[in-house]
Amino acid sequence: MSEKETDKKAQEFLKGLWKENPVFVAVLGMCPALAVTNSAINSLAMGLATTFVLVCSSILVSSLRKVIPKQVRITAYVIIIATFVTVVDFALAAFTPSIQKELGAFVALIVVNCLILGRQEAFASKNGVVLSIFDAAGMSLGFTFALLCIGVIREVIGSGSLFDFPLFGAGYEPWVVMILPPGGFFALGFLLFGFNWYAGRKRKKELVKA
Amino acid sequence: MNENEEIEEKKEATVIPVEPEVSSFKLIFSLGLAGLISGIIIVGSYLYTLPIIEKNKAEAQRTAIFKVLEGCTSFVTLHLIDGKLVEDDNFPKVKKEAITKEEHEVFAGFDADGKLIGFAIPAAEPGFQDIIGTIFGYDVVNQTIIGFEVLESKETPGLGDKIFKDADFALNFKSLATIPEILPVKKGAKKSPNQIETITGATISSKAVIRILNNAIKLWQEPINKFDKSLLKPPTTKGNTENSADKISENE
Repeated sequence: MSEKETDKKAQEFLKGLWKENPVFVAVLGMCPALAVTNSAINSLAMGLATTFVLVCSSILVSSLRKVIPKQVRITAYVIIIATFVTVVDFALAAFTPSIQKELGAFVALIVVNCLILGRQEAFASKNGVVLSIFDAAGMSLGFTFALLCIGVIREVIGSGSLFDFPLFGAGYEPWVVMILPPGGFFALGFLLFGFNWYAGRKRKKELVKA
Repeated sequence: MNENEEIEEKKEATVIPVEPEVSSFKLIFSLGLAGLISGIIIVGSYLYTLPIIEKNKAEAQRTAIFKVLEGCTSFVTLHLIDGKLVEDDNFPKVKKEAITKEEHEVFAGFDADGKLIGFAIPAAEPGFQDIIGTIFGYDVVNQTIIGFEVLESKETPGLGDKIFKDADFALNFKSLATIPEILPVKKGAKKSPNQIETITGATISSKAVIRILNNAIKLWQEPINKFDKSLLKPPTTKGNTENSADKISENE
């Protein structure tokens, strides 16, 4: 493996974590990012479920990219994605029933997460298997990271705990609104604000340097 | 530089390949194949996870039964058929498969000495968001509720979910009289044993719990009264005791 190849893989992996983060930069997958992030553990579970689906379907789509006719490719992607989502749903129900109950319909809704379909169309269908795995892993871990950020903020403020572990003692009156739907928008809004502010500052510095 | 780029762009523009016509047979075939493979994967994982999922469900139900009937060490399952209770053992197998709805089951719980403690009754009705699934322990002799658990709920986090997270609300079910009827009162206003102190900010969820209990008792009181409790014996060979998690799936 040449250095250049390793470099490219690292690049494909890292871009999803930060520079092209699906939630903070591309603003994709908003439905799960807002709906199931009312606790850190739910966010983590949703992130990992999405990771599994995205990586598996990327492998399959990229290895079948020459077999699938162009005209029916989207349908084929949806079939592939839906299969893995169903597998994840069964697995969650079997091994972590309480989390599956909390996530409810949102596990099934991973099928229509545009992050996943988007990666198949934009990357896996045009690149080799190995690169696609790196791309999918980077993107989905970036997604998990973003969900976890939102989930941690919402749980800490909204329930006064982190991963169900109480933080502030009995005297803390939780801001219930943060674990209700509006709290998702608040947390996401402030995170996007922070992210863009930081990115903007960095860009300015680079401009000054140049 | 600019010129070169332009030329390159033009080149790229001209080599856009014209999509070759693909026969519809190939399209149908490849989609059919994808469907077939996906079907096999789904059926495989379904068959693999089904016993685990069912075991989880049975396990959750067992734990709930032991929780709502304090001191309970074993239980027998009873089925409601045509307004009459029938013991699990006397239940014809064919019919059992026809009626598998959980609402038609109750569980008679016994303590270590084989004495009947009461019945664990599952009940479910709509709450604020969705169906609230519950199970409660019912002392038939004193006609009181002695334990209450929420099995399934999508009530608002932070408000409605207090029906199973709030310790004060749970205190209501230590010994709750059901005669003549369970009634809601405001917090701190409880005077008689048949009143439940509702949760501030979760009135609808609290009242839904009360409605669930009242309706379930209305449904079950008569069959349980008619049923000859002296006939009930704690399970001996069967597996519904506390240390028999593995056996239960075989029984079901």
